[in-house]
Amino acid sequence: MEWNFKDGIPIYAQIIDEMTMRIASNAYAPGEKLPSVRELAMDAGVNPNTMQRALAELERRGLVYSERTSGRFVTKEEEVLDNLHEELARKYFQEFAEKLRKIGMDKAAIKESIEKWVDGIEGDNNGKDRD
Amino acid sequence: MARIEIKNLTKKFGSLTALDDVNLSLEAGKIVGLLGPNGSGKTTLIKLLNGLLQPTSGTLEINGNKPGVKTKKTVAYLPDRDALPDYMTAPQLMKMYADFFLDFDRARAETMINDLGIDEKQPMKKMSKGTKEKLQLCLVMARRADVYLLDEPIGGVDPATRDYILRTIISNYNEDAVVIISTHLIADVESVLDDVVFIKNGRIVMHEGAEDIRQEKGESVDKLFREVFKC
Repeated sequence: MEWNFKDGIPIYAQIIDEMTMRIASNAYAPGEKLPSVRELAMDAGVNPNTMQRALAELERRGLVYSERTSGRFVTKEEEVLDNLHEELARKYFQEFAEKLRKIGMDKAAIKESIEKWVDGIEGDNNGKDRD
Repeated sequence: MARIEIKNLTKKFGSLTALDDVNLSLEAGKIVGLLGPNGSGKTTLIKLLNGLLQPTSGTLEINGNKPGVKTKKTVAYLPDRDALPDYMTAPQLMKMYADFFLDFDRARAETMINDLGIDEKQPMKKMSKGTKEKLQLCLVMARRADVYLLDEPIGGVDPATRDYILRTIISNYNEDAVVIISTHLIADVESVLDDVVFIKNGRIVMHEGAEDIRQEKGESVDKLFREVFKC
């Protein structure tokens, strides 16, 4: 898995987004143990305090939890994961809808185009083979 | 208490003022970038922290002590040039470090040197520039020091070597130590920094959190550096 950071955006925020995506896409499965802060920091090439801050925030959001002696794990709570998928789907849809609006499509046209194109989407694997 | 406390520090070389009334306080657990263009005073400041130079006026303290015999036990220094006997091989250098420094963790150095695949029989003078730099960094980082002074650790190495060096610094991170990295290659190091210290013509012009700069100014440390030091 690759880490890519953009300039001028706090790195901890970018780590949160990337880790959220990894959890949502099952790259880290529910209940899976996460690598240590140091390992993740080395892998991403970032400051360990920054990685720690991002993981603390993910913990606050309930996406990961820690067990005192054994480390951090991805949540197993289905409700949290369902909400996460819903939230991400809404975010992507908004981005997509914004682009369509920019090229002059109204609500009805967007709806129509979704109907039109959705059948052409290749595969249906619930995103599980995503990298 | 701050690990490093610098107050009203001035260093002159004849009529040249290399450092001009520098005040700086650095906490343990931080990786600090000492960033400035060539000739801004970075190496002078590091040499003062290391006791290789004496201040003209003002004070420096490491754990409350002036740089000297006491602090050298706990300060690990990577100079900006080759400073080790070049006829020595990696095992000989490890032995020398073990003799000089009580805090040298030989097993750790061995692991790192093995990772690099350095030939045990090869003297340093036969190594490539990048290999030499990596070897020196391994020796310095294998010490269990309170302060690491790394003067241009990534100058003139290829991107793969640069990544190795930065990862070595990250993997060695410890919350009781402060790591100072002096460089003008900001883009390469900025993601590993907690704090950013900009030095210009011997003066500290900024000391801020790297994430704070990205958050508040919405730009990278590299970009801010280019603005502050625009020629």
